[in-house]
Amino acid sequence: MLEMQEKNTTEQKPVIGYVHSIETFGSVDGPGVRFVAFLQGCRMRCEFCHNPDTWNIGVGTEMTADALLEQAVKYKAFWGKKGGITVSGGESLLQIDFIIDLFKKAKALGINTCLDTCGQPFTYKEPFFSRFKELMAYTDVSLVDIKHINPYEHKKLTGWTNENILAMIQYMSDNGHHMWIRHVLVPERTDYDDYLAQLGAYIKTIKTVDKVEVLPYHTMGVSKYENLGINYPLKGIEPPTQERVQNAEKLLDTKAYTGYKN
Amino acid sequence: MKQLEKKDIKTYWAGFNSGAWQEEINVRDFIQQNLHQYDGDESFLAGPTDATTQLNNQLLDLKKKEREAGGVLDADNNVVSSITSHGPGYLNKDLETIVGMQTDAPLKRAFMPYGGIRMAEEALTSYGFKTDPEMHKIFTEDRKTHNQGVFDAYTPAMRKARHYKILTGLPDAYARGRIIADFPRIAIYGIDRLMKAKAADFDLIGDGEMTDDVIRLREQVNDQYRALNDMKKMAQAYGFDISRPAANAQEAIQWIYFGYLAAVKTQNGAAMSVGRIDTVIDAYIQRDMAQGKLTEAQAQELVDHFVMKLRMVRFIRTPEYNSLFSGDPIWATLSMTGIGMDGRHHVTRTAFRFLKTLDNMGAAPEPNITLLWSDRLPEGFKRYATEVSIKSSTIQYENDELMRNQWGSDYYGIACCVSAQPIADGVQFFGARANLAKALLYAINGGKDEIKEEQVGPAYAPITSEYIDYDEFMDKFGKQMDWLADVYVNALNTIHYMHDKYYYEAAQFALKDTRLDYTFATGISGFSHAVDSISAIKYGHVKVIRDEKGIAVDFKADNDYPRYGNNDDRADDIAKWLIKTFYNKMNTHHLYHGAKLSTSVLTITSNVVYGKNTGTTPNGRQAGEPFSPGANPAYGAEKNGALASLLSTAKIPYKYATDGISNTFGVTPNTLGHDDEDRKDALVNMVDGYMENNGMHLNINVFNKATLIDAQKHPEEYPTLTVRVSGYCVYFADLTKEQQDDVISRTFFEQM
Repeated sequence: MLEMQEKNTTEQKPVIGYVHSIETFGSVDGPGVRFVAFLQGCRMRCEFCHNPDTWNIGVGTEMTADALLEQAVKYKAFWGKKGGITVSGGESLLQIDFIIDLFKKAKALGINTCLDTCGQPFTYKEPFFSRFKELMAYTDVSLVDIKHINPYEHKKLTGWTNENILAMIQYMSDNGHHMWIRHVLVPERTDYDDYLAQLGAYIKTIKTVDKVEVLPYHTMGVSKYENLGINYPLKGIEPPTQERVQNAEKLLDTKAYTGYKN
Repeated sequence: MKQLEKKDIKTYWAGFNSGAWQEEINVRDFIQQNLHQYDGDESFLAGPTDATTQLNNQLLDLKKKEREAGGVLDADNNVVSSITSHGPGYLNKDLETIVGMQTDAPLKRAFMPYGGIRMAEEALTSYGFKTDPEMHKIFTEDRKTHNQGVFDAYTPAMRKARHYKILTGLPDAYARGRIIADFPRIAIYGIDRLMKAKAADFDLIGDGEMTDDVIRLREQVNDQYRALNDMKKMAQAYGFDISRPAANAQEAIQWIYFGYLAAVKTQNGAAMSVGRIDTVIDAYIQRDMAQGKLTEAQAQELVDHFVMKLRMVRFIRTPEYNSLFSGDPIWATLSMTGIGMDGRHHVTRTAFRFLKTLDNMGAAPEPNITLLWSDRLPEGFKRYATEVSIKSSTIQYENDELMRNQWGSDYYGIACCVSAQPIADGVQFFGARANLAKALLYAINGGKDEIKEEQVGPAYAPITSEYIDYDEFMDKFGKQMDWLADVYVNALNTIHYMHDKYYYEAAQFALKDTRLDYTFATGISGFSHAVDSISAIKYGHVKVIRDEKGIAVDFKADNDYPRYGNNDDRADDIAKWLIKTFYNKMNTHHLYHGAKLSTSVLTITSNVVYGKNTGTTPNGRQAGEPFSPGANPAYGAEKNGALASLLSTAKIPYKYATDGISNTFGVTPNTLGHDDEDRKDALVNMVDGYMENNGMHLNINVFNKATLIDAQKHPEEYPTLTVRVSGYCVYFADLTKEQQDDVISRTFFEQM
């Protein structure tokens, strides 16, 4: 997939993105009202994932950045002062060349750009790292999910370790790239005070965090698993109580991060 | 008392800025000269006084009793309602600062037979009340009603179109409503000055050549003059002298309310709008406050008590009417704010006070609060309005920029749901709606009704091929629309002729200019289903499944096709074509009173009944399933989220649908944002963006589907849960079960 995109770029052909779906009224995917493109494909297999239909790589609606942007600008009147476009997934960074093309063109039009990622593809190896640096130049803010602070638990929960993810966050912190950190609160998985406290302490070390959000786990994705014939890993686990959500917010000290208001 | 009457009219105007309004009847100029813009937030507002809370509890208790009694608490059967038919009535005389009742007791419904005695009697008997034989005799033998007049003139084709429900809700047995009187005239000028103006106008009607027009108008102005005189008598019964202008804010609101009361005592229109009174009331409050005569708490109390009165207006209706327009709506539509021709916004503290009533007395469907929206309104007001929307789902938003430009006036109001009307000199003739989804099926079935299988439309050859040929279909559809436009417009010509003759709105016309511009309103239902069906036929290769008589009963599209609601021009161009085409077809006909044609894409709650009476449509909507409301896309057609859906609706050209284009929007709180500030931001941006793209009207509902499902099971726990349904607001508990199901199954935009 990445190799294919690389080839396309060198030949100056338009990069093709594989789009799962469009949400024209995203109001919880970055600052303000946003046009959200959900890209197709993810390698992580988070147990609580509510979009298993976005996992497969190399399928979805093929679109160029120009075509997507042409769609997006139709909604400009709704964006107010803060809104803009968000690229989410799937795992958006699997199609990094497409996003670079998209964000570069969006910034030329003065559109606010937001990257929603879990960081799994991040690596200091080339050619990825140079591409990531370029992408960051066109990205106003990133929404970064930390699935679990503990590497071992992270692997159990998602199938992958979190070392490169934390490395990405560190890189962004060191280079002044702003981010919102989001954490899905899942009973029996992430909802333990010691892990939450550990995560809270970790976030304190990151310099460019504008907002921290606790997203309560929900069961709205269950029917998708049934439709796709996939076994649902969290069967029987209920969404967290309001008290536990507040507890997590306290341990992550979400109130302390107010940069998003500016 | 004598002394007072002789006082110069100008003494009542002391403290106001002078202008042309002092030389002539001109409320707009009064507003121009006495507008007190407010750019702040809601922090100045006052809560309810003890009197307000006590009165409101009393009213809520009555409302509960009314619901327990099956919908009607009490009803007259032998007193014909008129401006002066009843003596004074009170909720609690000692506590009310604004007084006046439709009858002699709260929530007791008046007997209004002029629209049609059969309907008035059926309404009584369906709620278990007796009819009066004397009244029956008078209104069948001695005094003709509007209904009888209409049916004396209807053609067989009109009766048929009505019977088979391709036309529904025609105002041929009740009042047409939709006339917005310029109620502030009473406060500013007093009745005597208004009578003087009407007398002067009367002398200028015709030069003695007695044509139909001249005769009609001379008779009407005399009726108006008498109605004004009756208003004085009605007010006297409550101890007020409204022959003179109002002396203070309390009187101004009271005078305005007396005008409104005269309207609802004489007409049971589907919509009895209040108009645009916020800036005038604000000027009076401002003047009293400047003189130290009124506190904020007192001002709020006046507004609360006035709104409470509007919440108490009732008409008795037949079950058939209720199935169309559920929940006892009267559309006491109150239009507020907007931007003036001179660029000043019309947000005053009083607009905030009206919104505050929803907090002080709980959510309620009436008055139908309508904000004339522009992105130029001050931020503080925008955010407060969206906050009230999020809390109570009781506000509709309408595009002030669009309407002001179209109508060429900044002193217009909304009649009913979405119909703009210049208040001083404009009138709308209400015209219900025609079912275009059904017309489309008539094209396929050769004019035969798909449910009753009778010949209703013209008997052109039906489509007989297995797959529908687009060109053949369009040719036949055009012919069925020709027929429908003809029978529809001419039924309305008949209705308005008879309404003027037998059920003239003298009290409301008395409070408008004598020379008026008329709009001939029509409407379309089944819009999204007609559009998607045409798209299916054009792009989807549609196969017809017929019953043994050859009537198309089901359809299968082989290919996917574009649907209205995704901001996809292929489908949206069909929407634009449909409205223009039907408009142009109607516009070839003679229109009563030289009126100008307008149409609407609005269904109110009638989308349920319309759907019930319409067979399966080529877009996959099954027979009997509700239509989507107003101009909303079909359920499940939207694939790209809320804004794509809104932008499809925004493409419908207002120029062809000046009677309004309604969109009802439902969203869950968590989709709007994770906290209150984010939610308000998102809503403000959404409304601004919609209007900037020429979207006309937006109902906003903010709640979870689960809340509605629970409210359906336990209505007693949600007595004041209100929802906005295609142009008005209703207590959820007052909807029929089918309509509740419809609201629950409607598209709720939510994100996971």
